[in-house]
Amino acid sequence: MKFESPATTNPIDQLRIVGKPVSRIDGPLKATGTAPYAYERHDVVANQAYGYVVGSAIAKGRIAGMDLSHAKAAPGVLAIVTADNAGKLDKGRLNTAKLLGGPEIQHYHQAIAVVVAETFEQARAAAQLIRVDYVREQGAFDLASLLDKAKPNPITGGPGDTAVGDFAAAFAAAPVRLDARYSTPDEAHAMMEPHATIAAWEGDKLTLWTSNQMIAWNKAEMATTLGIPKENVRLDSPFIGGGFGGKLFPRADALLAALGARAAKRPVKVALQRPLMFNNTTHRPATIQRIRIGATRDGKITAIGHESWSGDLPGGKADGAVSQTRLLYAGTHRMTATRLATLDLAEGNAMRAPGEATGMMALEIAVDEMAEKLGIDPIEFRILNDTQVDPEKPERPFSQRQLVECLRTGAERFGWNKRNPQPGRVRDGRWLVGIGAAAAFRNNLLTKSAARVRLDKSGVVTVETDMTDIGTGSYTIIAQTAAEMMGVPLENVKVRLGDSAFPVSAGSGGQWGGNNSTAGVYAACVKLREMIAQKLGFNSAEAEFVDGAVRAGNRSVPLMQAAADGGISAEDEIEYGDIAKKYQQSTFGAHFVEVGVDAATAEIRVRRMLAVCAAGRILNPKTARSQVIGAMTMGVGAALMEELVVDKRAGFFVNHDLAGYEVPVHADIPHQEMFFLDETDPMSSPMKAKGVAELGICGVAAAVANAVYNATGVRVRDYPITLDKLLEQMPDVG
Amino acid sequence: MQGPSDFDLSRRKLLLGTAASVAFGAAPPVANAQTPVAPAQAAPQAVPMSKVSFNVNGRPREVTLDTRTTLLDALREHLHLTGSKKGCDHGQCGACTVISGGRRINSCLTLAVMHEGDEIRTIEGLGTPENLHPMQAAFVKHDGYQCGYCTPGQICSAVAVLDEIKAGIPSHVSADLNAPAQLTNAELRERMSGNICRCGAYSNIAEAISEVAGRPA
Amino acid sequence: MRSFTYERARTPADAAAAALRNPDTKFIAGGTNLLDLMKLEIETPAHLIDVNGLALDKIEPTSEGGLRIGALVRNTDLAADSRVRRDYGVLSRALLAGASGQLRNKATTAGNLLQRTRCPYFYDTNQPCNKRRPGSGCAAIGGFSRQHAVLGASEACIATHPSDMAVGMRALDATVETVRPDGATRTIPIAEFYRLPGDTPHIETTLQPGELITAVTLPKPVGGRQVYRKVRDRASYAFALVSVAAIVQRDGTGRVALGGVAHKPWRVEAAEAAMPRGAKAVAAQLLADAKPTRENTFKLSLAERTLGAVLTEAKG
Repeated sequence: MKFESPATTNPIDQLRIVGKPVSRIDGPLKATGTAPYAYERHDVVANQAYGYVVGSAIAKGRIAGMDLSHAKAAPGVLAIVTADNAGKLDKGRLNTAKLLGGPEIQHYHQAIAVVVAETFEQARAAAQLIRVDYVREQGAFDLASLLDKAKPNPITGGPGDTAVGDFAAAFAAAPVRLDARYSTPDEAHAMMEPHATIAAWEGDKLTLWTSNQMIAWNKAEMATTLGIPKENVRLDSPFIGGGFGGKLFPRADALLAALGARAAKRPVKVALQRPLMFNNTTHRPATIQRIRIGATRDGKITAIGHESWSGDLPGGKADGAVSQTRLLYAGTHRMTATRLATLDLAEGNAMRAPGEATGMMALEIAVDEMAEKLGIDPIEFRILNDTQVDPEKPERPFSQRQLVECLRTGAERFGWNKRNPQPGRVRDGRWLVGIGAAAAFRNNLLTKSAARVRLDKSGVVTVETDMTDIGTGSYTIIAQTAAEMMGVPLENVKVRLGDSAFPVSAGSGGQWGGNNSTAGVYAACVKLREMIAQKLGFNSAEAEFVDGAVRAGNRSVPLMQAAADGGISAEDEIEYGDIAKKYQQSTFGAHFVEVGVDAATAEIRVRRMLAVCAAGRILNPKTARSQVIGAMTMGVGAALMEELVVDKRAGFFVNHDLAGYEVPVHADIPHQEMFFLDETDPMSSPMKAKGVAELGICGVAAAVANAVYNATGVRVRDYPITLDKLLEQMPDVG
Repeated sequence: MQGPSDFDLSRRKLLLGTAASVAFGAAPPVANAQTPVAPAQAAPQAVPMSKVSFNVNGRPREVTLDTRTTLLDALREHLHLTGSKKGCDHGQCGACTVISGGRRINSCLTLAVMHEGDEIRTIEGLGTPENLHPMQAAFVKHDGYQCGYCTPGQICSAVAVLDEIKAGIPSHVSADLNAPAQLTNAELRERMSGNICRCGAYSNIAEAISEVAGRPA
Repeated sequence: MRSFTYERARTPADAAAAALRNPDTKFIAGGTNLLDLMKLEIETPAHLIDVNGLALDKIEPTSEGGLRIGALVRNTDLAADSRVRRDYGVLSRALLAGASGQLRNKATTAGNLLQRTRCPYFYDTNQPCNKRRPGSGCAAIGGFSRQHAVLGASEACIATHPSDMAVGMRALDATVETVRPDGATRTIPIAEFYRLPGDTPHIETTLQPGELITAVTLPKPVGGRQVYRKVRDRASYAFALVSVAAIVQRDGTGRVALGGVAHKPWRVEAAEAAMPRGAKAVAAQLLADAKPTRENTFKLSLAERTLGAVLTEAKG
């Protein structure tokens, strides 16, 4: 099905099941520990051996020699694979660094060997017996020292630099100006399930039970890496213990399990050890950003400029921190610029809302600062500079844009009018209290997605697609979609996901999964409805599918009758025309945060949070809300504690475990309020839905930063905002 | 009181002087005065094994294990009770939480052989998909998870937390150490803080636990 | 993790004697730190003596009016003991500020005292660390040192001791009871239990080979307002940047110990004379010999400010 013109009324609009806050259909499995994750699938193949990964002890250089003799002789060891004996390996298209390093080392903890043994304990012990001689080379590890050497680079989905009008002149001429520099640190996905894979070969065919967000990408990447035909690779990822962009591409666990299994001639399972993950896998790259805003005295932006510097390994990507600045606020004269430096740290790559997450961390502080300079309420300042068209290409309207409504609704619900605009004035016992807000913005991306739907003679509808559920609720919204379309109760729908044998879906990333994968299921259901209508002798244009029956006029036939002779199935995909070129599709929101800052210690604790979002049709308000509050939580982490600390001498992230890399715990997160505005977006898909999972993180950290400023009067422009950055400017204590 | 020390400078010099070519073992032998250590062993030795009997979810189990096997790996890899999760293997996440002798513990930081005769309750012992424990049902109702990986640990912890409050065990946020433990949102959040949920379902988890405990969050 | 043989000890003296027979022996109780370190081969014992079966899990009154805490009393039970809550609040509070509920259920009194630093370079066996591998250097000096010591550190090591409990015990003047391999027992005042790193940061306590902690004794209650304040970025389940244990009497006199600032709980008895004059006066003496790195200079003002808040709270 090709989606080329705005959606009109369709069966989804009935909203009997879609749009309802139903509980996850996979919930009981998760709550009882019976949902199978990659490493624990004892049932899929017999005789599994254990692999343990060895990471490089240096950041850059080469391996001069490896002594495997002690490890090979250790009890239980079946095989050791290194670059030396792995055979010819290619590098996939999507990764920057090789998954198995050696002799050249590209980054710290790059995998250099996997030890396969009968037991986990034996593999781990033997891995420690490998002796490696390295020749260390000088690397580049300090982004701040490389700004002059950074080169222009495109960002995902667009150019790195844009310019409209004459920014320099307009900024110079603006009566009120802000020119500020911000920084965001390297951040880790730190999903709870480590990257894990069980690999088994059957002849030249490889099966990977793995934990992965993008099944089709990975099938292709694994084939490329191993130099085998794509048809010979099968992936299965029914449950994924979190990804956040960290499981978009194959990682060392998958490759080393495959190589280990080939060497040991048995199935092998590998999970990346937690202390290895932070330097071995990808991370959200650090940025340094400069934002300039010029405005008239009455608060109209006349010039807005955003420059961003980030670093990556040679051949890597730039963080797209400037992307939202092209679209979020009006202003005639504009510029954005992206510069990429070469760094020899682990690979920088996508993490939840890549680009907007870091960009909004800076931009939405800058907007707060500018509003203060202007003496305008920061909410009103944002409203004053709203735009209903793409400011760089005014002929492109937004398909839907309710930023102003999000801000106003949020301000009302949060009690924004009680905020004291004078910072440092509100005290509650030992706490200095402040309120802050920020806009939320994230683009909606359209990408094709396929599914297969089958009706069996008992009336059960089974959906199969290689879509993944990384905690997003895919199982549930896909079941809701199929139930709505086929007119059956939710309990009569079975959803099977994550198997590369199924039709290729959008996968989970870029907050595109929900809208696109359900639109693909919609397309397959439309096809199945036509087949069923035809089979049962209905005019498919008139046939209604409700209550387990097909109806038209006075005639009603039980749905299952169409499958009486053994089942009926249809497969289709949603594809998109150029609708996204004509209309800018984005999602919007507003974040409100109240913090307390301890007057003595400057410890920051979040007291209240609210997000208001407008993101197309909300297919399941319960799971969509969870996506947003989860993103808000991750945003609190980014604001207050998360930072991969670079040792600039040895070139690695020092705090590489979950004790050193702090993410929020229960005690950091108060009860969270979340409210969706009514919206359907007929430009997005027949579902009229958009993404929501990443919108939730965009802007949160800035709202926290602005609240901290409101509480203390101390403006911190370098994340994370930790107490040591406030302390010297805090009021004296008795 | 002195200003910042000159440690920084001297260290940098040292590194620059030795940066050209460095040989590191992947795991250099470590030493510690309290535990002098033999050099890396060259010859393989027999792996010490040990037999342990305990009761898991009401069922007596006896296993012979490499002494290095943690309780978590004994459950997951030997008894195939994979509901308890390995998130970090270092006591930093709580995904492996089980209830041993009525107390919640990190099963990754305890050896299986140290649990001779113990009563161990895992997520599988609380309920099944068809017959959920009230805490499991509350997590489903309140969407107290997303990816589900930390969920068994959260639920085991939550069940134990309510028992700890009943038993009068105080917490870091208890206002009065000598008063009975309260069942407030702040208490639940503090007590649950050893269970990390990176998906960020905390707000929902607190509501689920509160419902089971019989008071609003 | 290297393979090890395993035995369950019968009596404390037997355990100590067995430990001496094999220098590669470690005692294991809660195991929450030891196993963590064994997995990374930072600790590599060839033999483990499980001491959990020794009957050292009681909290009993002493004839001097204090409490004798068995070495195996779990952190949860010690914090929840009604006598500790009533008479030694600073200890209860310190325990509850540490780790997580799960870890406190397993961790023991002796194990908590003996836990090793959380310096990230100590934990990464690729990096030089004089504590882990004497003579290899200290990567924390000139590296990431935000968490590190500002007091009592050396050119060889700037690690901190991570225990909260020990800071409370230091303020309470606890003593550590041990049994030695020859069966002899001794008591070590907690002030003499920990060593500063000096040239030998790998030697952390004054325990001798094979010596086993059997109990910690608290003297008769000293009353006063008892406060333990732990400052950290994350609200829970995190190590202290700075912590303050204080016991303040009605007349403003009392005791103060700091955590998160040194290789041991930091207490300077002479500084306590200044308590009635307020936090600045105490801090000036307490932090007199501080030698911070660029990254942890903030700990000095943080310690002073936290102390100020604690003294205010104790008065209130």
